[in-house]
Amino acid sequence: MTSPDAAPILKSSHLLGIDGLSPFDITALLDLAETYVMQGRATDKKTALLKGRTLINLFFEASTRTQSSFELAGKRLGADVMNMSVKTSSVSKGETLIDTASTLNAMRPDILVVRHQDAGAAELLSRKLDCSVINAGDGAHEHPTQALLDALTIRRRLGHFEGLVVAICGDVLHSRVARSNLRLLSMMGAQVRLVAPRTLLPADADRFGVEIHTDMKSGLAGADIVMMLRLQLERMSGAFVPSAREYFRFYGLDRAKLAVAKPGALVMHPGPMNRGVEIASDIADDVQVSLISEQVEMGVAIRMAILDALSRRLP
Amino acid sequence: MISARSGRIAFRNARLIDPASGLDAKGGLLVENGRIADVGPRLFNDAEPNDPEVIDCRGLVLAPGLIDCRVFTGEPGAEHRESLESASTAAASGGVTSMVVMPNTDPVIDEPSLVDFLLRRAAATAKVRVLPCAALTRGLHGETMTEIGLLKEAGAVAFSDGDRSIANARVLRRALSYAATFDALVIAHAEDPELTLNASATEGEFATRLGIPAAPAIAEAMMVERDIRLVETGARYHFGQISTRAALNAVAAAKARGLPVTCAVSAHHLMLNELDVGSYLTFRKVSPPLRSEADRAAMVEGVASGVIDAIVSSHEPQGADTKRQPFAAAAAGSVGLETLLGAALSLAHEGHASLIQVLATLTSAPAHIFGLPTGTLAKGAPADLVLIDPGEPFVVDAEKLHSRARNTAFEGRKLQGRARATYVGGECVFDAR
Repeated sequence: MTSPDAAPILKSSHLLGIDGLSPFDITALLDLAETYVMQGRATDKKTALLKGRTLINLFFEASTRTQSSFELAGKRLGADVMNMSVKTSSVSKGETLIDTASTLNAMRPDILVVRHQDAGAAELLSRKLDCSVINAGDGAHEHPTQALLDALTIRRRLGHFEGLVVAICGDVLHSRVARSNLRLLSMMGAQVRLVAPRTLLPADADRFGVEIHTDMKSGLAGADIVMMLRLQLERMSGAFVPSAREYFRFYGLDRAKLAVAKPGALVMHPGPMNRGVEIASDIADDVQVSLISEQVEMGVAIRMAILDALSRRLP
Repeated sequence: MISARSGRIAFRNARLIDPASGLDAKGGLLVENGRIADVGPRLFNDAEPNDPEVIDCRGLVLAPGLIDCRVFTGEPGAEHRESLESASTAAASGGVTSMVVMPNTDPVIDEPSLVDFLLRRAAATAKVRVLPCAALTRGLHGETMTEIGLLKEAGAVAFSDGDRSIANARVLRRALSYAATFDALVIAHAEDPELTLNASATEGEFATRLGIPAAPAIAEAMMVERDIRLVETGARYHFGQISTRAALNAVAAAKARGLPVTCAVSAHHLMLNELDVGSYLTFRKVSPPLRSEADRAAMVEGVASGVIDAIVSSHEPQGADTKRQPFAAAAAGSVGLETLLGAALSLAHEGHASLIQVLATLTSAPAHIFGLPTGTLAKGAPADLVLIDPGEPFVVDAEKLHSRARNTAFEGRKLQGRARATYVGGECVFDAR
């Protein structure tokens, strides 16, 4: 049960993207998440906030990290969590997304977490279902919970966003993580740079109020945060990038490239990493600079905060 | 083998022509440590230079060594046709001090290690500078781009599929976009591969009379126009050779719009037209095929107007095995390193362009396109020089060529203007004074 004194945080009952949020919404979610960081570190990690509520994880794309993070967040708040992956669902038998939605709706879930390979899938479901919908990644559109967990990680380390230089590097073209992050960070006053070969930069990326760099040296110069993106294997064999070795030579994060960033610059990666492609192992494993494990911890906390906030709007 | 000479060479009494600076005057030039140490109209005028080597040019033209932007050799893979060494000997005797070699070899130059191999072989065997052009797509298959960044680091000066067009617009667009990331130059061969499939000549009355399979001349302009649309992504783009008025007009329009586009024409497309094929002369089968007289005249006009940046040899060695065939079955290509200068100078002799303008297409313009430090007589530049007798007449005789292959399209032609001596990095690599 939602505590009666808990004031609503979000105006919407869905979290479809960073686009629908205001800086106040984001700050409130991050503040709320702080309490869940503490809860996650306590011996008793469980509350009964969402007791009786049903959370469905509907994943049309494979995901270890996001799905387990949502599962853990739901369970720590006392909800009943069901995982549906595409292989066991009837989608693989030819059912349309809308039919799947109707079927799920009839099961009366309270919150649906959805990941889909097509942009706009979460939005479509939100219009067809009675429950709250959380976008856990739709095509190359948005992955708002990743951007929020990244923001939580940054704020806990550096305390603020204004004036921070954040370099988002790699496959920006196909990345929903990059799109959500650049929206959130720009909105919060950070100066975002996109760093990638031209083949991995989306058209008109400069219209987002970000700096565009095709060279790591200039893109990373003076950066506070270096955010690396995953390069899918199928994209490094000639279509977008000629080879993994060339990619690593020019766009993989190694000590030499990181050296031009601000002293003490921190490195982030949404995972899973391709070591030796977009990031050198010695950086990924260096706890002095890498926030990668911390990002995973913050992922659970921010998702608990999001479930809490959305549940306040549930009937 | 190129090695910087420590000795001094004084050239006196020369007609200095430096298209890069617009200089065309009598004067002298001093070479020191492989570089141009001094140059000017008054140099060595008053006093005899007291250098160990003094060359009296006796009024001959002293110009930057020629840069040939389009040379095919047989190394690696077909050394029996032409090796880097034999091509470089031909180049030196033709006044060419740098040659851009195309990646259409066996294996194809699509790996950084192969660029490294070419540069090492050239350093060990070639008399002139060898500038490798790497493949734009792996295996020249037109499907996946090569490692443009690593290849450029290894020493590739440009990227091209040589004599093949990239049919797939998506592949070319991505490759151009990626190349632009590294400010790499891409060289196109503009011929629609489907329209030109199995064609040996330009479609028209002459090809019809001979009964040769032919392709329409528009196959070139179509690709030029398509490519120009794709160049709008920002890459530097060079049409390796154009041969028709329609293509020339398209390039002129693109340049007028400020696009980073350049183009070249081969010496044979300037000098010969489709009728020169005569009775199935396979030595005049080239790619793209010889065009109509109107198109040939347009090429001359293009050089005169400056729309065409460079004149190239399109040197393509073939053997008797590939040329002594029925016309349709014969391989395309003509050797040209030794006739490039004479053929290009015909434009000056016929009054279409000035001597300095013609030399610009062979020196400063290619240097600009490829970003080379050569192609100029500026102080400090590498001493790549050619001493030219612009008036010397000669008849092209295939048997006298230095090239290992003899397939010249200019066999029996009378040309005027020859290299008398050639210097690479201050070292004499050819001397017929």
